[in-house]
Amino acid sequence: MSIDKQTLGVLAKVLAVCAVTAVGVGAYAAGADLGQATKQATNWVAIGMFGVFVAATLFITKWAAAKTKSASDFYTAGGGITGFQNGLAIAGDYMSAASFLGISGLVFANGFDGLIFSIGWLVGWPVITFLMAERLRNLGKFTFADVAGYRFSQTPIRIFAASGSLVVVAFYMIAQMVGAGQLIKLLFGMDYLYAEILVGSIMMVYVLFGGMTATTWVQIIKACMLLGGATFMALMVLIQFGFSPEAMFTKAVEVHSKKDAIMGPGALIKDPISAISVGMALMFGTAGLPHILMRFFTVPNAKEARKSVGWATTWIGYFYILTFIIGFGAITNLIPNPLNYFVDGDISKGLVGGGNMAAVHLAGAVGGNWFLGFISAVAFATILAVVAGLTLSGASAVSHDLYASVWRHGRVDQAQELRVSKITTVCLGVVAVVLGIAFEKENVAYMVMLAFVIAASANFPVLFMSVLWKGCTTKGAVTGGFVGLVTAVTLTIGSASVWEAVMHNPAGSAWFPYNSAAIFSIPAAFITIWLVSLLDRSARGNEDRAGFPAQQVRSETGIGAAGASGH
Amino acid sequence: MESDLALRISQHPKYRELKAKRTNLGWWLTLAGMVSYYGFILLVAFDKPLLAQKIGGGVTTLGMPIGVAVIVFTIIITWVYIRRANSEFDSLTEQIVREFVK
Repeated sequence: MSIDKQTLGVLAKVLAVCAVTAVGVGAYAAGADLGQATKQATNWVAIGMFGVFVAATLFITKWAAAKTKSASDFYTAGGGITGFQNGLAIAGDYMSAASFLGISGLVFANGFDGLIFSIGWLVGWPVITFLMAERLRNLGKFTFADVAGYRFSQTPIRIFAASGSLVVVAFYMIAQMVGAGQLIKLLFGMDYLYAEILVGSIMMVYVLFGGMTATTWVQIIKACMLLGGATFMALMVLIQFGFSPEAMFTKAVEVHSKKDAIMGPGALIKDPISAISVGMALMFGTAGLPHILMRFFTVPNAKEARKSVGWATTWIGYFYILTFIIGFGAITNLIPNPLNYFVDGDISKGLVGGGNMAAVHLAGAVGGNWFLGFISAVAFATILAVVAGLTLSGASAVSHDLYASVWRHGRVDQAQELRVSKITTVCLGVVAVVLGIAFEKENVAYMVMLAFVIAASANFPVLFMSVLWKGCTTKGAVTGGFVGLVTAVTLTIGSASVWEAVMHNPAGSAWFPYNSAAIFSIPAAFITIWLVSLLDRSARGNEDRAGFPAQQVRSETGIGAAGASGH
Repeated sequence: MESDLALRISQHPKYRELKAKRTNLGWWLTLAGMVSYYGFILLVAFDKPLLAQKIGGGVTTLGMPIGVAVIVFTIIITWVYIRRANSEFDSLTEQIVREFVK
């Protein structure tokens, strides 16, 4: 073992994600957070493997750079990605390090509850397929504001869309950067600061030189490595039990301290309102994440857009089934050998490195030190790839929506717009590193959830109503979108995960009793959009409504849609 | 797109057929997805013992196959839509495009 357990002083806080915390659902919201971690012994194998990954991806970036000339190449890889490739890239964006380590850790600690959690992350995909994917592709060009603002007054809708994108990107990014810092301490045994600078600078190289082509291929490679590694682990576990889940579960129940309780729902779902609210945030938030939406513009047509969601859903669903097996595999492999995997060999003190390390320890247990290094490298590469995608979507919101459309009213040439997106990329990279360092000691557990709630309450309703409801007007969309955004943020601040865990108010003083604002903020946005549009008697409002038939014909047939090349 | 072209397309019977069929299928499948997911969540919220009930005389509970089934069902309905869209809807679209775009 290259992780030397003797040198460890492990903070109990690492358990944040999968520990059975006082508030059961605290863990639910924290699934994408990696908590605080203590530096482990330097793991050269993992660092070497990661080095190989970086070298390979930089080589791809060099190849991609030669192809990245126009704004369309930069934002959307020239529309030349196939549905299958794009599906893998979307899956890669979605299968973050936190979902891999966090969910398998959650299954390790609570069993069945981990499955409930992962299902929530999957169910948004069909909705995107049925209602959004092809219409997005037919209407859009570079950003989701192209779609949401197709028939609207450009300045207000773009300002809204850019705000929605940047806020979501910011929260998602902070969580990823802090996660990167914690992971590098755990997996590579390196300092937090290195992780920030490493992720920030390599990601900048991908995006700056290789644009969307490089970002997509980095994501595809990572997705293949993650799926391959997870498949191998799940197979090794199943082989131990002759491919009988029953045998695996029997052994797990026998060794786990919670016994039978791991086989059924536990404390994860506190009350029905919270359960549904979290479900809504996950389901509709997925359809409002700018870095995911952006991927629909990288394929040549609606058919490929559809296929990409099909493949993404398939890979993500498959991946969640794997993490479930991996979680149970960790129970059956690690608990019987406390000396190797637990702090001081004492199960009650938790896993070495914390609860998130279940999958990593299992990698060592079933595949030896090299495989452990491989999985560690994949986990870190995952963050790198996700951050690159986030940065690109943030940069396009600034350059395409704010600079080209709002500031220059569309009177701007491609080279200028491209230059602005590259400058923005550098700025976002620096901001990401600075925020990552600033939030090192902060509790960021709520941030990914907040990003989903905002995406579900601001971006999604505006997109949905503008594409599907003919009565929607600029005024309605923008007002409703901002209402959703403000409601989502305000209620989240009032919930226990921020009011108590971050702002250190006394336990029980949180004034918003549920775990997710979505159940209130999503309807608030929809109702506002509907009401304001209905009451909108302005000339602009009439123009917006008159623009619907043409928009609808294009969204349904793709006639006039931006083509595969050149856009 | 010029609005008179849009108007002509929007009145074409093939276009109406496409729109109606796609919207119909899309909403039905969305409903199916919602029912399966929220049904599962409501079971978790209101009837934990049912999901924790053992099946087949072993330790495996009813919740396990149900949970995995929700995942598999989600994937299946996605492909159901895609298959139909890639054949039927795309061929309708193609006919419309051929008629209007020279």
